[in-house]
Amino acid sequence: MAVAASDNVFMTRLDAAANWARSNSLWPMPFATACCGIELMATASSRYDIARFGAEVMRFSPRQCDLLIVAGRVVMKMLPVLQRIWLQMPEPKWCVSMGACACTGGVFDTYAVVLGVDRFIPVDIYVPGCPPRPEQLLASLIELQDAIKKHGTMTGKEFAERRTATGPAPFSLEELRRSRDYLLNKAEQDDAAQEERARTPTKQHP
Amino acid sequence: MSTIERLTQRFAGEGYSSSRFRDNTRFDIPSQSLVDVLTFLKSDCGFDLLVDITAVDLLEYPDARNRFRVVYALANTVTAERIYVRTHLDEPELTLASVVPMWLGADWMEREVFDMFGIRFAGHPNLKRILMPEEFTAFPLRKDYPLRGRGERHNFPVITRAES
Repeated sequence: MAVAASDNVFMTRLDAAANWARSNSLWPMPFATACCGIELMATASSRYDIARFGAEVMRFSPRQCDLLIVAGRVVMKMLPVLQRIWLQMPEPKWCVSMGACACTGGVFDTYAVVLGVDRFIPVDIYVPGCPPRPEQLLASLIELQDAIKKHGTMTGKEFAERRTATGPAPFSLEELRRSRDYLLNKAEQDDAAQEERARTPTKQHP
Repeated sequence: MSTIERLTQRFAGEGYSSSRFRDNTRFDIPSQSLVDVLTFLKSDCGFDLLVDITAVDLLEYPDARNRFRVVYALANTVTAERIYVRTHLDEPELTLASVVPMWLGADWMEREVFDMFGIRFAGHPNLKRILMPEEFTAFPLRKDYPLRGRGERHNFPVITRAES
């Protein structure tokens, strides 16, 4: 039995409908640790107005967010916090790595600064710049919306397919070598100290 | 009588010396007499404000005879006079007396010097790392510590899409 649909009804897939809704109401979690955070605030305020793309609801609780914006450098003391925030966000969720420092560590190539958050959490969009202009962040948001509309599914099985970190090849060789040599030296020294202690007779009490 | 004259009169002998650089007055002291000198400066000369405690690693420094230099910057809030009291330390005796009983503000300053250089302060109420994570083992501002570290910043679990 065929039923004629009226003019204001149209057919679509459930995936497409869900992704349309999701992509137009992304709730960002601002993880702003440096100057990129100021640009992020500018993007959210009236001149650039991220509300035009439905992403104006900045929430400071990861439980209420689905878009993590990492804005600024992340040091090794902050990385466990970032990972915890990412794990606390409910699915489906996306991550934007904003600025040179979040993407690669930027100019802060020192012992404490992590060389790109994508080494330790998944990242969907990279925004280059130091800091990026608000237009660049908006462009990344539009691109992310496109990606969600094209590849997103209702069940989120597109996420399960990504099993490895997506970042660039890790570690400078020199740094790895130094770390290994240090550990080897330390082990040797510890062994020597232990032998030394074993060789010297313990003091006998009369 | 100027402060430096009073100091040199009171503390004379081996290890004491004073110098000037531009408009900085500096007084070098042996590490055992640190508390005596700082107490004298605070109670008799009016240096009531401890501006900063910091340290310098003199490794491979031309003409350096000691490994570490610890610098105490003091100010007199009445006369706006400043003085820098410096003392030198060598391994393995990297311990100084804490000045927290004299200036409560020294608490975090001494923790920072400990965190970055591994210099310990005897009598400090809570001497633990302040900037680096607690499980960090090195002292990063020592000159023999590589700028890029020994791989500590890579030592984290990787969270992938599948497990988050």
